[in-house]
Amino acid sequence: MTQKLEYLKESPSQTAGPYVHIGCTPNFTGIEIYGEDLGASMKTGPVKGQEITIKGTVFDGTGTPLRDAMIEIWQPDGEGLFNSANETRGQADPNFTGWGRSPGDMNTGEFTFETVKPGAVPFPDGRMQAPHVTFWVVARGINIGLHTRMYFEDEAEANAADPILTRIEHQNRVPTLLAKKEADGVYRFDIRLQGEGETIFFDI
Amino acid sequence: MTIIKNTGGFVPRDRNWQPAALTPQYKTSVKRSPQAALLSFPTTLSEETNPVFGHNMLGDLDNDLIHNYAASGESAIGPRIIVHGRVLDEMGRPVPGALLEFWQANAGGRYRHKKESYLAPLDPNFGGCGRTITGEDGSYEFRTIQPGPYPWPNGMNDWRPAHIHFSVFGHGFAQRLITQMYFEGDPHIWLCPIVDTIDDKAAVESLIAPLDMHRTVPMDSRAYKFDIVLRGRRQTFFENRVEGM
Ligand SMILES: [Fe+2]
Repeated sequence: MTQKLEYLKESPSQTAGPYVHIGCTPNFTGIEIYGEDLGASMKTGPVKGQEITIKGTVFDGTGTPLRDAMIEIWQPDGEGLFNSANETRGQADPNFTGWGRSPGDMNTGEFTFETVKPGAVPFPDGRMQAPHVTFWVVARGINIGLHTRMYFEDEAEANAADPILTRIEHQNRVPTLLAKKEADGVYRFDIRLQGEGETIFFDI
Repeated sequence: MTIIKNTGGFVPRDRNWQPAALTPQYKTSVKRSPQAALLSFPTTLSEETNPVFGHNMLGDLDNDLIHNYAASGESAIGPRIIVHGRVLDEMGRPVPGALLEFWQANAGGRYRHKKESYLAPLDPNFGGCGRTITGEDGSYEFRTIQPGPYPWPNGMNDWRPAHIHFSVFGHGFAQRLITQMYFEGDPHIWLCPIVDTIDDKAAVESLIAPLDMHRTVPMDSRAYKFDIVLRGRRQTFFENRVEGM
């Protein structure tokens, strides 16, 4: 016998199910109890930095778009600062929440976020990471939320030095993490859950 | 005085305790589960920070599902219950300021959703969602009606145990979690393919809320206790930096 380590176990995840929108974006489902759905807008006033739009669709292993997913993003402001109680490096743009939540389009499943291009944030060892947006996807059939990251295809130099992107064994999968520039300030980031072109998901 | 010089990253998830992505007994997971291995790396600021939710965003009835959708003077139908508990991390520390969002079927097992096809009736006074933010000691509570079990298309005769869905934000995006609370004594728990996505019996049991007679309101509501544990964060005296950087 030894002394006991008195740690608790994380609560197990369970699928968000088909009705996650009732709980997380109730106005979207026609249940009007709160004001605006949380995360529906990421800007509360004029923001600093380059304003961008991120669009995308989540596809299953048959290539069918998910129309019952909930997608959340989390990112720093244009200068690389998070609007978080844990941010100790400076004061983030007060008009930018950094957090967005989308139920996707009712018919097509496409999500859209109006946000800003994130600034760079350091890795724990001090090296700079390439600008990126954290994605979290839940839906019916997904037992535990899927984390991934969106990087920018037009940040080739920063991407080539990024501590995580350069560490990926299968470099031919890195493009699954790169948003494609569709127009000035408009990026597309499609997420493939399974099969050909499967997005890299993270265990963070 | 002890000064903790550096707050480390979050403790890695125990993927054996958590459900796997591919669980064929839950059919929808088959085409929605990634096949490649997850990419593991230590948490960075992107995962160690989190959006801010203030108590001032909450309305008076946000944590009262019996009344937050009901017509004036009316209330939702069903067994009246209080759900309460604490949000803790794996180190046992309370997590104050955690946003909890919850949603559920009505007492007949019917959701208020246009894709819902179960023949049980809607309750005009029940919307099915609520939210709250934990206090300084990590505690929370809300009032609702006990949801009913319901059938769902998977096998030919699968029923969900009565459950309440929870979405939880902690202090870092790495802690983001969605789960479900079950009720003590429900025989459907051990028959459910979604519950069965969790391999470890003790892990399933950690999602089953016991009846808590100490917190009942006599002649009004019974109570169930449901604690939620989020990933823990290391604290260390030792900096984790590459020499010379
Ligand atoms: Fe449910």
